[in-house]
Amino acid sequence: MRTNRKGVSTTLVIGVLIVIIAAAGLGYYLLTPPAPEQAATLTAGGASFPYPLITKWISKYNSQHTNIQISYQSIGSGGGQSNLFSKTFDFAGSDAPLSDAQLANYTVLHLPETVGGVVVSYNLPGVASGLKLNADVIAKIFLGNITRWNAPEIAALNTNLTLPDQDIVVVRRSDSSGTTFVFTSYLANASASWTLGKGTTVNWPVGIGAPGNSGVASSIKQTPYSIGYLEFFYAKNNSIPYAYVENRNGQFVEPTLTTISNAAKVGASLLTKDVRFPIVNLAGDSVYPISSFTYILVYKDLSYMDKAKATATVGFLWWAIHDGQSYSEALLYPKLPNEVVVLGENILRQMTYQGRSLV
Amino acid sequence: MAIISRRGKERLIKYLCFLVTTVAVIPLLWIIGEVVVNGVSAINLEFLTSLPAPFGESGGGIGNAILGTMIINAMACLFGIPVGILTGMHLSEYDLTSRLGAVVRTVVESLSGVPSIIFGIFAYSLIVLTVRHYTAIAAAFALGLMMIPLVAKATEESMRVVSNDIREAATALGIPKWIRTTKIVLSIAKGGVLTGCLLAFARISGETAPLLFTSLFSFFWPTGIDQPMASLQVLIYNYAMSGFENWILKAWGASLLLVIIVVSINVLVRSLTKPKYKGGA
Amino acid sequence: MDMLFMKTKSSRFFNIQDSLFKYVLIGFSILVVLLFVILFYMLIDRSIPSFSANGLNSITGTVWDSEKGLFGALPAIAGTLISALIATLIAIPISLGMAIYFTEYAPQRIRSVLSLFIDMLAAIPSVIYGIWGLWVISPIVKTYIQQPIVGSIGFIPIFAGPAYGLSIFLASMILAIMVVPIISSLSIELLSSTPSSLREGLISLGATKWETVRHVGIPFARLGIFAAIILGLGRALGETMVVTMAIGNSYIWPFQSPSMFAPATTITSKIASELYEATSTLHISSLMELALILLVVTILINSVSRVIINRRSKREYF
Repeated sequence: MRTNRKGVSTTLVIGVLIVIIAAAGLGYYLLTPPAPEQAATLTAGGASFPYPLITKWISKYNSQHTNIQISYQSIGSGGGQSNLFSKTFDFAGSDAPLSDAQLANYTVLHLPETVGGVVVSYNLPGVASGLKLNADVIAKIFLGNITRWNAPEIAALNTNLTLPDQDIVVVRRSDSSGTTFVFTSYLANASASWTLGKGTTVNWPVGIGAPGNSGVASSIKQTPYSIGYLEFFYAKNNSIPYAYVENRNGQFVEPTLTTISNAAKVGASLLTKDVRFPIVNLAGDSVYPISSFTYILVYKDLSYMDKAKATATVGFLWWAIHDGQSYSEALLYPKLPNEVVVLGENILRQMTYQGRSLV
Repeated sequence: MAIISRRGKERLIKYLCFLVTTVAVIPLLWIIGEVVVNGVSAINLEFLTSLPAPFGESGGGIGNAILGTMIINAMACLFGIPVGILTGMHLSEYDLTSRLGAVVRTVVESLSGVPSIIFGIFAYSLIVLTVRHYTAIAAAFALGLMMIPLVAKATEESMRVVSNDIREAATALGIPKWIRTTKIVLSIAKGGVLTGCLLAFARISGETAPLLFTSLFSFFWPTGIDQPMASLQVLIYNYAMSGFENWILKAWGASLLLVIIVVSINVLVRSLTKPKYKGGA
Repeated sequence: MDMLFMKTKSSRFFNIQDSLFKYVLIGFSILVVLLFVILFYMLIDRSIPSFSANGLNSITGTVWDSEKGLFGALPAIAGTLISALIATLIAIPISLGMAIYFTEYAPQRIRSVLSLFIDMLAAIPSVIYGIWGLWVISPIVKTYIQQPIVGSIGFIPIFAGPAYGLSIFLASMILAIMVVPIISSLSIELLSSTPSSLREGLISLGATKWETVRHVGIPFARLGIFAAIILGLGRALGETMVVTMAIGNSYIWPFQSPSMFAPATTITSKIASELYEATSTLHISSLMELALILLVVTILINSVSRVIINRRSKREYF
């Protein structure tokens, strides 16, 4: 047997080490406080936009119901949908609602969980804040039709600013995302010049693609004379200035918690007709036009799960649209308007388990 | 005649190699520096032992991710390393010229070029969809598959360069082929085999995509290998892309920890084997 | 050493053991092949919708528009090939230089530090390489490397401006850093295994270290080093995270602007970026088809390298 100078066999040493590590692992496992009896473990995922809020909800809910453990992973709205369809997720988060064709195949309910806004951020040396834009101008910039900052269309909206004579560097998302979906929905709705349609990804003719909201944020920060779109939270957190966007009433609205909430309040009545109704570009006072609800998707009939999981799912979702909303504003998410909460209650009441309502 | 003397050429090459090494080391020092500088402030006892805190709250840690990574990596090694070594042994000792050998060799090499995300999708289709929930076993399967080409190729090449004299001597002594392969040739080739294993281990410790399709993530302590499990790889990705300062800091801390773990294992394993580099005369 | 072979056992027993072992090895090798075949089949199965809808346009088309159902992937394929190739080409001299320095010239203390460094390079998660590239390196590369080059020789199309930080140039550079540890650590192992009799023979004739390496070390390790290079190339072809973050993800390169400093895209970054959100079957299928193309390319490269190796492999086995 191979031995080193002191006559100790190497194999023995390796063997002892493995035993020690295994014993340590076992001891660690046994000594950690025993997990409370699992009433339910839920797996969910989907849109990355509500991720911070949902993780907060999960943590708070778990501290009240220690035997319910939920995990939510950001893999994008599309990933959430497909996992829900194959029933590997118990519920999914999605910025984009399902199409009629999809709903024909799967009886899935849309539960509005929170509201978000997409802002147009820029890095303009000399202009710290206050840039005003409207839908047409934004559309033309992202289409590559307006290429310089001091173009007449931009200058016309910003007579109080001196705009530099520089090329505009467009930053957009490289990955498919709900943020893009909301942004392009707005442009498709509000501007006749927008030709790329709406979707989680479009065929961008110009611009660098940055990954994720944080990628867009860092690209804008690093690139002078750049412009891009991202979630309100990321721009605020990274102290990147954002533009005042003209809404349907002709006001140039600054994206804030209040103005995005206004969009939700005005749009609430529209949701009663179809919960998937988009709330971009609504008419109303101080309404920020690039706003959208984000949804939790869940099956109407939870009989395919076991009873504990089904009850836990409904319990958590009920809590989320009620108590959970009290955590929203601290994280810069607007609260759900009351009408939408009532709507959500009705939606949850439709959920059944083996023929009987779960609520 | 040569313009540069032999000795001059020697000196030139020596400095060239040194230069090139320095060029390679600079980005390493830079990136290690970034990781250390950004991450070291995040590491403390709470960080190492507690569960993640929710968004917006300070404190909390990555304890479950550390445990999860160790469990998943260990399972992946249990699958990938034996299969890799045995395949490499087969290619080197038993099958240099047959068509089966050529097929196996092509397969092994092609596996090395498959994007990690495809392994994730593969494991997802095979395992996750079948049992209808995310499991850590699928993650171990995907990561193990990723290890196989590196381990097998390193094993094959290291055993191939062992001199034939050894094999002839073993046969002359009447040693059966399988003992010759495992106890003699393999132990001479040990260094290369271990290098392959360590490279493979380092590789899987840094890949996020396969885990997103298999073990997903969890905010709680691992409850079983058939459930979703937290891992450092996914945690780093989640936190780094979150836009939340506190979490980004934790991502750097977790990366530093990951590097420390992998390097420690490297150092430990190498120190247990006889030093190989006798180097220049 | 075990005295197993000294105990009296009939040669038939040894034959059984030998055959058993051989079949175990064959079994595991076939397992690997089987898994690969299943993987291949899965990719083909998922690509069929795209292939039947688009035909060859997937490979030759240059427009990728998921709304309109157009999925031409030529820029992505070009991006994959070029970035991997450049990364490996940059990595080869660096890795070999490092390996030669390590085995021939470095004093013992530097050797241990250097081997630690190489291990650390390999240990860094690819997500961190990506973040480092995106947050730290990209502005620096843009200001100090790309812009001066654009300013001076920007009339050459490959170096034309504007200088985007995130570009195929940046991605290739970071990929090169990731490939170096693979090639260098394996080359070090192989160069160290040069039989000392050969080396000492040459040295006793008065050869310098470089001449020893050149005439003995490298020819001896040549096949293995080539294999290591192919492994490194494979890694560069398949790397996902880094490329997604550092390459700019755009179809601007190579057809709108052939400049190295323009944002580009690769197969892996396209799959990683779009797979999570892709909902239409055609979209997902096109991405699977891209993966299939990558796999076929990898197989092709490996087969070609196999042909090169087979011409030179001389060792008999028995």
